[in-house]
Amino acid sequence: MSAQDILVVAETNQDAPADITFELLGGARELAGATGGQVVAVLLGSDGVKHAAALSAADRILVIDDPQLAAFSPDAYVAVLEHVISAEGPRAVLVGCTTIGYDVAPTLAAKLNAPVVNGCKAVAVEGDALKVTCGLCGGKILADVAVAGSPAILMTLPGSFRPSEAAGQAQVETKASPVPLQPGAVTFEQMIMPEAGDVDIMQQDVLVAIGRGIQQEGNIEMAQELAETLGGELAASRPIVDQGWLPTTRQVGKSGMIVKPKLYLALGISGAPEHQEGMSGSDVIIAVNTDPSAPIFDVAHYGVEMDLLDLVEPLVEAINAKKG
Amino acid sequence: MNIVVVVRQVPDLIEPLEIAESGTSLDFDEVSFLVNETDDHALEQALLLKEAGGGTVTVVALDCGEVDDTLYTAAAKGADKIVKIPVEDELRPPAPPAAAALFAEAVKGLQADLVLVGSSAHDELEGMLAPLLALKLQLPYVGVIRGVRAGDGSVTAFKEFPGAVMAKMNVKLPAVLGILAADQPPRYVPVSRIKAATKSTEFEEVEVAAAAAPGVTVQRMYHPAAGERAEMLEGSEEEVAAKIAEILVEKGILK
Ligand SMILES: Cc1cc2nc3c(=O)[nH]c(=O)nc-3n(C[C@H](O)[C@H](O)[C@H](O)COP(=O)(O)OP(=O)(O)OC[C@H]3O[C@@H](n4cnc5c(N)ncnc54)[C@H](O)[C@@H]3O)c2cc1C
Ligand SMILES: Nc1ncnc2c1ncn2[C@@H]1O[C@H](COP(=O)(O)O)[C@@H](O)[C@H]1O
Repeated sequence: MSAQDILVVAETNQDAPADITFELLGGARELAGATGGQVVAVLLGSDGVKHAAALSAADRILVIDDPQLAAFSPDAYVAVLEHVISAEGPRAVLVGCTTIGYDVAPTLAAKLNAPVVNGCKAVAVEGDALKVTCGLCGGKILADVAVAGSPAILMTLPGSFRPSEAAGQAQVETKASPVPLQPGAVTFEQMIMPEAGDVDIMQQDVLVAIGRGIQQEGNIEMAQELAETLGGELAASRPIVDQGWLPTTRQVGKSGMIVKPKLYLALGISGAPEHQEGMSGSDVIIAVNTDPSAPIFDVAHYGVEMDLLDLVEPLVEAINAKKG
Repeated sequence: MNIVVVVRQVPDLIEPLEIAESGTSLDFDEVSFLVNETDDHALEQALLLKEAGGGTVTVVALDCGEVDDTLYTAAAKGADKIVKIPVEDELRPPAPPAAAALFAEAVKGLQADLVLVGSSAHDELEGMLAPLLALKLQLPYVGVIRGVRAGDGSVTAFKEFPGAVMAKMNVKLPAVLGILAADQPPRYVPVSRIKAATKSTEFEEVEVAAAAAPGVTVQRMYHPAAGERAEMLEGSEEEVAAKIAEILVEKGILK
């Protein structure tokens, strides 16, 4: 352990290491190259050791196995990580901007009296400080911030670093929780899976995705017609699902599905990082938005600055004409 | 159940976001503000819980970012009490650690069984308000919640995981929950009711001491190079539609 090490808070998702974990390992490797330290992955769970081999892009893997860590508990995670980080004394800790990271990273930083930044997209060493580039305001603003003091807790946006799955000679240390854990005030009861029966948007070649720009439930019909004309299905950003206009099975993004269709046609979607997380890997992305500064245009291959309500009908006609 | 809802204003992303002359923050003279979307959901969730099981809803806000309209709207929707905390700079919302300290002082005196606050806000750079507030209040916390049901001395909260998966969590009260979405979308309230509330609502003010600044320094704030990748298609609706159809044929998507 050294004050130049970079610690990664590893996560699993549906019993496999989460994609963000490999990205954090990639980012940590770059940063450790600059600090001259090692990459240390920390994985909390009840049987985490079975995932340890997958994390061998790290130099060391600390597996904390405890029955109380079988499901996510904010208190238990904070208590264990606080202890591990204090003992390791790393230069920086990379935590994902995830449902788990959001619950633990700010609290950990406060308890450790450590600096924390949210929305990290890139990080470099600059003298005694770390220079961190953060995205905020739904991806419309970037900020370069100097983070002085260690450990710097960096809440990292998915998609920021090239994933590293390189198998090295990582040393695995499996331990019981270093702090006693009892069920706290917040306890996990069960996982609730999305309702079966709807189409699986992850299996579609063509998705017509609608966002708040669709404005009214009644306008969904024209998007549906467009999807049918293209032989595809409807998908949506979060506000459409929150409104109850489409089921959660159609949501694309952080809390929704990760899709990689041949065509992703985004209608009236701003392209917040939480949405991009679910669709940036699509083969061809075409975005229609009235706001030329919408972040969706940063990820789209083709953009149209136009009212979607004016474009959909002519588009259906143009496609039908091509189909002949 | 006494429910306290913490509400903050954030820059409206539909309006242009100008950078201040200093180059290190937004130009708050030019920003237009609206209620943070997840805080609005937190208020809706509080009103739903009150309607289902009784109790009171108290809304607490910092007096910055043109918050009054949001508070009158909250009153019109059914909030019982509104508490406003004066802050030094009425234009510029404080960073999460400072905001957490201010809110905690005000919330402490309110005997809350449940504190609901938006799980996140798009302008949170130095940490996040919701978990920091819970820590200051020394209350349990869980965030990224979509839907809450009242129980006996506890609540059931549904925490979002990737893939539209939810974890059903039991949370003993008192506690703080970070709400991402309420069980129903925030209710609509007619302008006439907001106008009426403007006349009948009184804000309670609590003075609390300002908090220390966090250990993070913004060196530069800027707009990302927009549209770096997208090739913009120009022309009339019909011309753009034809171009898109052409691209789809070219890419083998349309056969
Ligand atoms: C923990 C967490 C998880 C989240 N998970 C997800 C997720 O899984 N999926 C997700 O999508 N979001 C998610 N979000 C929310 C995300 O941050 C954004 O709020 C959301 O993606 C915005 O959806 P939108 O683009 O439809 O709406 P907005 O951001 O409101 O954008 C609407 C866009 O439509 C444009 N527009 C308006 N009218 C028209 C018109 N007539 N024609 C063309 N364009 C028009 C506007 O210019 C604007 O760009 C999550 C947030 C958090 C904090
Ligand atoms: N907000 C929610 N999100 C997801 N699932 C929920 C939600 N509320 C209730 N459920 C689940 O839906 C089913 C019926 O819930 P209820 O009608 O509250 O008893 C149960 O399996 C609940 O756990």
